[in-house]
Amino acid sequence: MADAGRVAAAVALGECPIPAASDCVQLVHGAGGEASRRLIDSLFARELGDPLLVTDRDAATFEMPSGPGQIALTTDSFVVHPLEFPGGDIGCLAVYGTVNDLAVSGARPLYLSIGFILEEGLSLATLARVVGSVGWAARACGVHVVTGDTKVVERGKGDGVYINTAGVGWLEPGRACGPSQVQPGDVLLVSGDVGRHGLAILALREGLGFETRIESDCGSVVRAVEALWERGIRPRCMRDPTRGGVVTAVVEIARSAGVEIELESLGVPVRADVRAACDVLGLDPLEMACEGRVVLWVAEAHADAALACLRELDPSAARVGRVRARAEGRGRATLRTEIGTTRWLDLPSGIATPRIC
Amino acid sequence: MCLAVPGRIEEFASDSGASPLEREGVIDFGGVRRRVSLAFVPEAVPGDYVLVHAGVAIQRLSPDSAAQTWQLLEAEVEGDSAPHEDSTKSGTVDDA
Amino acid sequence: MRDRFHDPERVRQLAARIGRRMTRGWRIMEVCGGQTHAIVRYGIDELIPAELELIHGPGCPVCVTPIELIDRACELACTPGVRVCSFGDMLRVPGSSGDLHSARARGGRVQIVYSPLDALAVARAQPDTQIVFFAVGFETTAPATALSVARARAEGLRNFSLLVAHVRVPPALEALLDAPEAQVDGFLAAGHVCSVMGLDEYAPLCERYHVPIVATGFTPVDLLEGLLACVDQLEVGRAEVVNQYARAVASSGNRSALELIRQVFQVEDRCWRGLGSIRSSGLALRAEFAEFDAEHRFALGVPQPLPASRCWSARVLRGEVKPTACPEFGRACQPLHPLGAPMVSDEGACAAYYRYRAPGAVEASAVDG
Ligand code: SF4
Repeated sequence: MADAGRVAAAVALGECPIPAASDCVQLVHGAGGEASRRLIDSLFARELGDPLLVTDRDAATFEMPSGPGQIALTTDSFVVHPLEFPGGDIGCLAVYGTVNDLAVSGARPLYLSIGFILEEGLSLATLARVVGSVGWAARACGVHVVTGDTKVVERGKGDGVYINTAGVGWLEPGRACGPSQVQPGDVLLVSGDVGRHGLAILALREGLGFETRIESDCGSVVRAVEALWERGIRPRCMRDPTRGGVVTAVVEIARSAGVEIELESLGVPVRADVRAACDVLGLDPLEMACEGRVVLWVAEAHADAALACLRELDPSAARVGRVRARAEGRGRATLRTEIGTTRWLDLPSGIATPRIC
Repeated sequence: MCLAVPGRIEEFASDSGASPLEREGVIDFGGVRRRVSLAFVPEAVPGDYVLVHAGVAIQRLSPDSAAQTWQLLEAEVEGDSAPHEDSTKSGTVDDA
Repeated sequence: MRDRFHDPERVRQLAARIGRRMTRGWRIMEVCGGQTHAIVRYGIDELIPAELELIHGPGCPVCVTPIELIDRACELACTPGVRVCSFGDMLRVPGSSGDLHSARARGGRVQIVYSPLDALAVARAQPDTQIVFFAVGFETTAPATALSVARARAEGLRNFSLLVAHVRVPPALEALLDAPEAQVDGFLAAGHVCSVMGLDEYAPLCERYHVPIVATGFTPVDLLEGLLACVDQLEVGRAEVVNQYARAVASSGNRSALELIRQVFQVEDRCWRGLGSIRSSGLALRAEFAEFDAEHRFALGVPQPLPASRCWSARVLRGEVKPTACPEFGRACQPLHPLGAPMVSDEGACAAYYRYRAPGAVEASAVDG
């Protein structure tokens, strides 16, 4: 409609009706010519607003901290529908997802690369919002977007925007953590209420017709994790409970650490509206994705201090379980249910789809 | 089977049609809202609780009977008295 | 505590009371997959005395949908100009050559809906596409399906039809009671089926087979109350219909829903996956609604003969054996590559056992041999 209107106006003014500046992404934007250049200069450079962003060379160069340490590198891809959802969009999700992966490995996130695969016809206004949100989220996490790329695919061959990222961080000696360090007696903490991201997305999915005010929890865990390090609290292991939620995080760590972990159902913070929505759709909130939470394993001696520290940033942070013992065979996780019984936890099977039967 | 969840009728949908089969309302499930058919709960009004399955209210929930069941069992466990009261009914639904 | 229906203290009291009531062992079948799911998920079977054996009934409508119908749904999804809509859990149930997910991956049009009324909305929005709603479910779901087709007729929608796989619970109970292998002493009837149907159909069964039937809800407290009401009766030799779920079940059911079900559907014999044909256990569209029957509207092929199966689902669904007794359980048959339907839906008895019992169950069954 907007295009037709503009063309009509242009014709009326006696100008050439070929739209000089379209309001949507076209194949030519990815062809590397003048249109690409303009898109990069005007939209990407402006919205990302990062002084270290390289737009005129083929590779970014950057400094790493001096002193002993290791480079941490992660990559991730983001496909989410809808592109914009309550509490965030694919842009900030890409930044947080990448940065959180570095943070839970013990590394300090420093630099990002970001690649966009755009579908022909995507509105430039949407793109500007998504890229703006990348810039905003990167500044909030204190990382620099140093290089990027854009390609355009034909209409119907993409889903608006796909994003691929790489994240570079610095791992200082003594900060490495992971499943191998988990010990019997360790306490499990979670940095905030769980399940909101998965549910916010699912409720919006086409055809389900649910309306909620549930906002995605998508955000950075860097502040929470750095706050712990600053107070001398050393997490033994961390995991961001994304796909498959808290259950998947706990089961995977139990298996790779070879321990028995007990999760306390009543201890896991779940907002009442999230629980209600899960009941309607036949889903388990502990299996729903979070995008701004971290599950931590800390030594019993540090548990109270760590929880107090997490609660300063998010009062819903909680103690959710503990490592009971080294496993005889394969590591495994159990859940203490609301009624006080215990059952095994297993990786969720398949995709979370609303259940009717 | 048949996941059915209680929700509160917030309002009748303003654009639902005139026939009883088209009666619809907005139901609040503790913070999640959805449009649901009220075709089978003709007596239900906003504020009432209904049991919803597959986008359709299949029964109006009586708050009284919920409380009663609860009290009945409460008394029973404490007093260890007679078994449950029956709601036995004979006769069959003739078809379907 | 989450709410009074999940109160640990209350749960303990009820379990203890069941124990005190029992002077001998009993076998009680929970008919509904939702109840099986809750029992295993909350470990309720471990709270009650070992002599009270819970048998998991055939109550997962997705699991009992015959393979031939799933094959038809897949065939329809791959027919040009047709889109099949169904509930999320139906998509993963395997037919003879794949499920609806794989039909979609091969280019078929399949859409998950929350309600048959949503499928109707799709039909209104896409007048050039034939929308087929794959209608599975027990009596609980039948009113929603009936409503969708009644409204389609009132609106004169020409691109909406149903592939009907609705089944009825009481005839299945009767078939189970008639089977010589069955030794079920009492039943927990599915609360939500009773919300629609009421309790009238159960009294003749209680009388004829001398079994107590308790309409029961789905929370831990509901289930234990249902079991207690059943045990109470068994211990004194009574066999009556009891309504544990009075907050959602009126003994006469939902009259307007029953009325519409009667207008739209008629009772017919139906094949249950794993159980075979059961008299009067299915619902089919009445002749007046034949034009909305996908099997009439589309020329559907003859179902393929099926390869012999190693799946014990028939015995599991009849309650003869626990899923863990099946030699394929947790080995060749797992939720990601199910051999039989009960491993597919979260409510299927095999999947419920696998999900909530996996490590222990697999080890135990290995020992059992
Ligand atoms: S475990 Fe698998 S193969 Fe065995 S009865 Fe269950 S569904 Fe069939």
